Parts: sequence; C-alpha cells; structure tokens
Amino acid sequence: MATVFGKAVKRREDPRLITGHGQYTDDVRLPGLLYAAILRSPHAHARIRKIDTSQALRHPGVVAVFTGQDIQGKMGTIPTAWLPPDSGIVTPPHHALAVDRVRYVGDGVAMVIAEDRYTARDALDLIQVEYEVLPAVVDQEAAMQEGAPQLHDEAPGNVAFHWKVGNFDPSAVQDADVVIRQRFRQQRLVPNPMEPRSAVADYNPATGEMTMWLTSQNPHIHRFLLSGILGIPEHKLRIIATDVGGGFGSKIPCYPDEALVGFAAKTLGRPVKWTEDRREHFMATTHGRDHYDDVELYGKKDGTILAIRVRATANMGAYLSTAAPGVPTILFGLIISGPYQIPYAEADVYGVFTNTTPTDAYRGAGRPEATYLLERMVDLFAREIGMDPVEVRRKNLVRAEQFPYNNPMGLTYDSGDYHGALHKALEMAGYAEFRRQQEEARRAGRLVGVGVTTYVEICGLGPSQVAGAVGFQGGLWESAQVRIHPTGKVTVFTGSSPHGQGEETTFAQIVADRLHIPVEDVEIVHGDTARISMGWGTYGSRSTPVGGSAIALATERVIEKAKKIAAHMLEVGEADVEFEEGQFRVKGAPSRQVSLGDVTLQAYLAWNLPPGVEPALEGQAFYDPSNFTYSFGTHICQVEVDRDTGEVKILRYIAVDDCGRVINPMIAEGQVHGGIVQGIGQALWEGAHYDEQGQLVTGTFMDYAMPRAHFFPTFETAFQETPSPHNPLGVKGIGETGTIASTPTVVNAVLDALSPYGVRDIEMPLTPERVWRAMKGAQEA
Amino acid sequence: MIPSAFAYERVQTVEQAVRALQANPGAKLLAGGHSLIPLMKMRLATPTRLVDISGIRELRGVWKKDDRLVIGALTTHREIATDRVVRTHLPALAEAASRVGDLQVRNRGTIGGNLAHADPSSDLPAVALAFDAVFDVLGPEGMQTVPIDGYFLGPLVTALPENSVITAVSLKLPPSGTRSTYVKYPHPASGYAVVGVAAAARVEPDGVIDFVRVAVTGAGDVPYRAQAVEDALLGQHVSDDLIREAAAHAADDGSISGDLFASEAYRRHLCSVYVERALRKVLSRG
Repeated sequence: MATVFGKAVKRREDPRLITGHGQYTDDVRLPGLLYAAILRSPHAHARIRKIDTSQALRHPGVVAVFTGQDIQGKMGTIPTAWLPPDSGIVTPPHHALAVDRVRYVGDGVAMVIAEDRYTARDALDLIQVEYEVLPAVVDQEAAMQEGAPQLHDEAPGNVAFHWKVGNFDPSAVQDADVVIRQRFRQQRLVPNPMEPRSAVADYNPATGEMTMWLTSQNPHIHRFLLSGILGIPEHKLRIIATDVGGGFGSKIPCYPDEALVGFAAKTLGRPVKWTEDRREHFMATTHGRDHYDDVELYGKKDGTILAIRVRATANMGAYLSTAAPGVPTILFGLIISGPYQIPYAEADVYGVFTNTTPTDAYRGAGRPEATYLLERMVDLFAREIGMDPVEVRRKNLVRAEQFPYNNPMGLTYDSGDYHGALHKALEMAGYAEFRRQQEEARRAGRLVGVGVTTYVEICGLGPSQVAGAVGFQGGLWESAQVRIHPTGKVTVFTGSSPHGQGEETTFAQIVADRLHIPVEDVEIVHGDTARISMGWGTYGSRSTPVGGSAIALATERVIEKAKKIAAHMLEVGEADVEFEEGQFRVKGAPSRQVSLGDVTLQAYLAWNLPPGVEPALEGQAFYDPSNFTYSFGTHICQVEVDRDTGEVKILRYIAVDDCGRVINPMIAEGQVHGGIVQGIGQALWEGAHYDEQGQLVTGTFMDYAMPRAHFFPTFETAFQETPSPHNPLGVKGIGETGTIASTPTVVNAVLDALSPYGVRDIEMPLTPERVWRAMKGAQEA
Repeated sequence: MIPSAFAYERVQTVEQAVRALQANPGAKLLAGGHSLIPLMKMRLATPTRLVDISGIRELRGVWKKDDRLVIGALTTHREIATDRVVRTHLPALAEAASRVGDLQVRNRGTIGGNLAHADPSSDLPAVALAFDAVFDVLGPEGMQTVPIDGYFLGPLVTALPENSVITAVSLKLPPSGTRSTYVKYPHPASGYAVVGVAAAARVEPDGVIDFVRVAVTGAGDVPYRAQAVEDALLGQHVSDDLIREAAAHAADDGSISGDLFASEAYRRHLCSVYVERALRKVLSRG
C-alpha cells in the first residue's frame, strides 16, 4: 500500500456535513426538551434595582424564570483559567447572571425556561427590570484614567493585571542610529463562526449523571470547569461536542450561558436547550484583539535591528474570560521579536476592565498582534533608513544554521529555514519585477504597492511544564488511544477536539500510514468525554503536533505489541521481525511472514500468546511535547488603491508557509486560505465599534463586514517542509498562520502603495474613507 | 432571531389584499419578504398579521406600453435583471436589479416590495427617479397613480396611500439612442449602496447633450434626482471638463448624511466620483 502521509485525501467529514447529517448541538432533540432564553442587559453599566418576573411566569408555556438572586449560592461563578504569574492579576467574581450590577450590553440578567423556543423568547419581553444607569467606559485607556467609571471593587483603576517581560536595557541601544516610535491600534473583532454557541443539558436525578452537548473546542476542559460550577462530580458529567461549526477561539471559554443551561436542567429535572442567535453572538460571545500598542524599535543604518519594546493596553471587557489573560501576555509578549535576531526585547502589558463584551482568544490569539506591530515597525524602519524592506528582513532573519535558536524572551525556536521561505515567496511573486512595474504604474498615476511579511508562530501548545510556569491552569499534553478491532478495523480516540479543521481525515492518515491499511479502515472519535479518557482540546495550533503525535505514539505501541505476537507466531525472536507493507516479516527471510490482520485476530483469540503478553490490541499514549513548535513563512501581497475613493483592491496574494511535514496538502492549504481571509478581514473590513454609552453599533451582519469570497483573488500558496525535530511526526501547526501573517502584509502593501504620500499609518480596518482621508491629509499637509 | 407572534393570511387577488389591510390595523403586506422578515426577526417591525400577496400571478411580468415600460409589482429582481426587454430598453434598470443583495435576495425580492419599503440605500429608487416612475396603486378608493416625484418622504416612509397595494411600476423610456447605466459602491457588510448612481444621456451627432438624467441613492435620507448635475450638462458639448464640473454638483440636491462607515463629507465626495464614473459610461463616444 502506498503511503497516505502527505497525500491530498479528501475530507472524510464533508459528505456528512454538507448533506445535513452532522450532529451539531442544536440538532439534539430529547423527549420533554425545554428551551432557555436569556434576558440581556441593554445597558453597558447599571445597577439592578428590581426585577419583576411575575408576568413572565404567568405566560402560558413558561416553566421557570431565574434571576441572579435565584441562582446565588446554588451554582458557582465563572472562573478564569489563565493567571499570568507576577502580574497582580485579580479575578473579580463573574456571576452567571448579574446579581446587582450589569457591566456590559449583553450581560445576563435573567433566564426563562419554556416549553418551546418561541415562548421563551416572548417571555423575555415580559420581565421588568428597573435599572439605575451608571456611567460606562468602553475604551481601555480611558478606563485607566483617574475618575473613570469603576467596574469592580477588586480592580482599582480598572486594571486587571500588569505583566512585563523582556531583557531590554538602555545601554544595549546606545549604538542605535535610529529609533522608530509608532502607536498601533488593534481593533476589536467578532469571531462569528458559522455555528453559534449552543448547549443541551440532560440530568438524570436517579443516577446524578449529567450529559451536556456543547459547542466546545475543549470538552474535557469544559467538563472540569462545569463540574466545579454545577457541583456535579467529574465522573458523572459527560460533555459531547461531536460536530462543532467553527470556533476561532470563541468556543474555548466556559460561558455563563452554558453553565446556566446545566443548572436549569439539574434544577428542573428536564432536559434544556439553548442556542444563541446571531445578535446574541455579537453581544455575548467573546470578542478578539483590542489593543493599543506603543512601540519602539532601535536600529542601525545598516539595517540591523537592536531592540524592540512595546507597551500594550489590552481591553479585557467586563470580566476575565477563561483563557483571556494569557492572550495579550504569554501568547503576545514572548514572541514580539518574531523571526529576527533581535537581541533585546520587552513587552509591558496592562489588561484593563471596560464595559464591553469580554475578549478572549481569537484565531492567532496574541501572535497576530505581535506580528502586526513587528512587521509594521520593520517597514517603517526600512523606510527611515532608505533600505528595501525585504533587505532589512533578510539581514535580520534568524539563519538556518542558528537553530535551535533562543529568542530574548527565553523561547527556543525548534527548527527553521526562514530565508528559504522568503526566497521562495519572492520568486513566486516576482518581487524585483514588481518593483520595476510599480515605478511605471506610479508614473502613470496608479497607486500600487507590495507588502512582505516574514513571521514565526508559537504553536503546538505546548509543554505542560511551561503551561504551569506561565500560569495556564491546566496541562497541555494530549491523549490518544488506538484500538485495532478483531477484524482489523481501527478506532482512534483523541483528546483533540477538531471543529472544522479536518482531523478526522489527517489523523486517520497518520494511523493508516503507520499500519499500512486504508484510510477508510480508521475511525476517529473525538469530542466526547465518556469515550475519550482525557484531552486538552483544539486551539493554539496544537491538534496535529500534540494530538497527532499522541496518535502516532499510540500506534507505535500497538505495532510494538503486535510484533511480539508476530514473533511468537513466526517462532523467532522479536528483534528478528520487521513490519513492512502490512506484514510482519522475518528479517532476511521475507517469505516467512504473518499479516497484521492475522496477528490482530490472534491477539483477540488469545489461544497462543507469548508469555507475559496480554490479550487484545490497543495502544495508548499521553504525549507531552518537550517544546512548542514554531511554524514560519513569508506572505506577499500586491494591492492597488483607488486614488479617487480610497478603495483597496488585492491584486495578488502569495503565501509560503512551513509547518514542518505536511500530512494532507489540500487540508493544509484550506487552513492557509481560511486564515488569510480572516486576517485580511481584520486589515480591511472587520471592526466592532462601541459608542460612548457602550452600545455595540456594529451588532449585525448589516454593519459588521465579514470577508466574502469575491473580495479576493486566487491565492498562490506553497509549502516548504522543515520538520520539527522534537515530535514523532516532524509536524507543526498550520491553523493560524494565515491569520497571523496576512494582516500586516496587506496593511504594509497599502502603505507601500501610498508611500508617495508619506503616510505612516492608517488605523484598521483600512476602510476606503480612512485611506482616502490619509491621502487627502497628506496632500493638504 | 425570533419574531413576535403574528397571523398569516395568503390572498389570491389585490382586492382581497386591500380588504385584509383595511380589516387589520397593524397588518403588513408580504411579497418577497427580504426586507420585512429581517426587521421582524430583530423585532424592529412587529406586524400583527402578514398578508401574503406573493401568489397573485397577474402582478408579475414586464411589458412595453406606449413610451413606458410597465413592470408588475411582484416581478423579482432576477426576472428584471435578465429580462430582454429591460436589458434592451433600460439597461440601467437591469444593472441596478442585478446589484440588489445577493442571488437569494434577487430570486425572492420584488420591485414593488423594494420601492414600497423605501430603504434609502436601496438600488432601484435611483432608477425609478431617473425614469419618472409612476406607481399603479389599488386602495380602498379604487385604482390611482402615484408619481415618483415626492414619493420618498424619508427613510422607509413613502407617499403611498394607506391600505393600498402597488400593482405595477412604470418607467418612462428615454428617447432612442440614449445610453443608461447604474453604478454602485456597495457597503462591504450589507451590500446596500453607500452611493448608487443611475444615469442616462443622449448625445447628438454634433456632441451636444440633448437628454440627461442622473439620480443618486444611498447617500442621504432619501434618494434624489441630481438636478444640478443635469442642468450643468443639458444642451452642452460633451467634454472631460464638463463631466468633471457637472459631477462636482452631485450632492447639491441631496440631504447627505454620514454613518460609521462613511461620513457625510466622504459620501459627498463619493457622490461626485460615482456620478462622474456613471457619466463617463453614458457620455463616452464610440
């Protein structure tokens, strides 16, 4: 059998999903199912004076109404599970329903349980809440000002944490010829996976067992946290997340809503379902990004970068969501020197409470923010010293022979060939030729530009020891169980929790490749805590490097055991047997062989097993990586700006990514495409905006612009393969690279197009008006 | 996104629709539903009854009648965009209809529903203004006609009489030899026009413009005829400078407003840019 590792096997999950046979949470139907609807605060900041639920309770079909007072003491508060060390972090109580104060538009105030979804929704309008509206603050820098409205008594000045990292030393930059200073705004983004959040809870009072279907990227983490919140012991709580329609980080957190559904089911003894609508998603599902970054870059005229510093203020929203504090700190600060040999770096980060929807991880999570400011600074630096931005990058990139490379924050980049990826991308783009054409275009009055990004990404999260050291309240290893059934078919149980990434296919390829069996003979089971012993889930581009590696190891253990049985059957020593083409063969006498199928059957019949070998054929692995993996690459974009209107047109987009060995190039390319689109979404169109009163004015698809297919040209993508040296597959992550690289690539391309105007910065998203104003402003100046 | 409860009634004739509206204060007509239903889901509209007229066959179709093009109120955007008569005689209308929403919206949405809803960023109003649309309307008092002039009173507000149903919209065909177009700058989220311009013009062999119509949608509270632009062009010899100078007046007749995506100043600027682009398309020679 030809190897299937590296082949573009079609996604096995697709026929099920695109013909409507997926099993999403909202598809779950149970006898006696009740529906929940949640009343959300219309005010960004208010004291709750009084809630009158009597009219709602009298509404036909309403079963129960719960307020914050009703649930107090009966269920726990919503925890924060990433506590960066030495940051003075405070985690004020986050009640599942507001008790006396609401802190953002969308904060839960009451929950109605009714016989059907429509009744539940109608009854929301019958709840009367008396609010005393308080002054609100939506901007994190305004929130830090004296006299700003205060959100939590525990957090004076609204500071949730202050974290600092780095080795910057003023004496180290004494030789600097230039210092570039620039302020950047990372706007707020709404994740908007296709499937909104949903939960179904079914409690069995007789056994005390609870089953919850959840839109989750990490069902075992949800089990762990919900167990504490609901007071249901972990072994009696089952979380199922079979098909999940995208998450982009927003389905990592443990939300109040899902916990409330569990509480209601347990209290009422009937199953309860809740599914957010798109408006709720905009208001009550975590948002992403939202920083101010003040950056300094120190360099020499020859293009050497000496140091980079950033002072960031991150808007955390009204409460600290589950993983939120780790995003603008660990996942951001540790990588701000990027792929360059910058000896000194420093990140100084404030996390700030505001009267807005809580933020948390959003595809890339911290790393896009770091890459954005770094790549923008490199271009500004190149401009300042009159050097081509590609030349500056080439000069500073870590060289292939320097790996493993220690960055100034203490990370060790595992492997790389950064110049190789840069070279390949420049060739694909025809960079030198483009620069010539650009001159001609400018003479003809056209504004064309090119942006080049070289990036490195921390992914494959991560060694558990490091997780502990950086305050992540969990492990980051992964579990795998590989079971060969008596007929030779294989079931794989993984703690990864894919929700669109195609791992039912790629994971099967890993196993099929090692066992020399067809991919169709391998079934991947994920997203069910009753079937899978443990797992830490899918985020941080970790599923393939960590979950996939666990599967590879578990498969090896199966082969190891099968080899013992085969040797016994062949009556030779184990060392004399090798496994090739699905056969266990005697070395030097390959005609003496037994197939994996025969060995498997013998393993189960157990009529004649070697001494000390137990029956059955299963392998289990709990893989904890020794390091992160570091994907990298070069993205190039060519744009044209409409001189009259400021509209940006993307002419070409080239991506060369290196995620180590590629298991399935089609799926990897799909991840790159999706990432690019999402990253350019941030560069050009997306942006959540609050008014002064804390109302989200971009709260629907009518005014929050998601990228559409026709906004883009065909992407030109390629892979370079530099294996990771420390995991058994040699793989790295690919789920976030596009999002990390594409945002600065496009913005730098636009600013390059506008370089005749000398425009340094335009705030994202680069709407036509902002681009037009930048041109106009430069002309008038 | 669950609307509040409402009654639903399907009618077979326009007369039944009028009676249903009269009998039920709070009732709304349902045609394609692509403007009304989203508003209801957000509970911004809470009609107590929907009177579904989508099954009334005789309200569909396009035909020429004397110097006007008559379009049944329930004719869909897609039908209009692909109709040979429209494409031949009023390309601007076909272009505008082809730019409404997305394919699903164009398959369901109707010209009557669109113009009755009167969204100030909708595409068709610009064309309706440019070609002197007249509405045939059946109300409690019988049939009457309502001219487009003075029809758009404000966002989502029209001069349509109460409890009435648009049965057809007719557009005046321009003199033969006229070229027309619709150009649009769509909002990246909604697809509605940030600025949309319908333009038509005829140039005599000697280069003099003897017919011109320009109307703008999206830029303000109501769509408007760009009279100042037309005045600057009519009877003049076509030239680059003339087009540019005329386009500079694109916003003069509108009450331009701004929002988060495009400020008032930027919208004014866009009006000029897009009017100029539209004029270049209909006035370019050759």
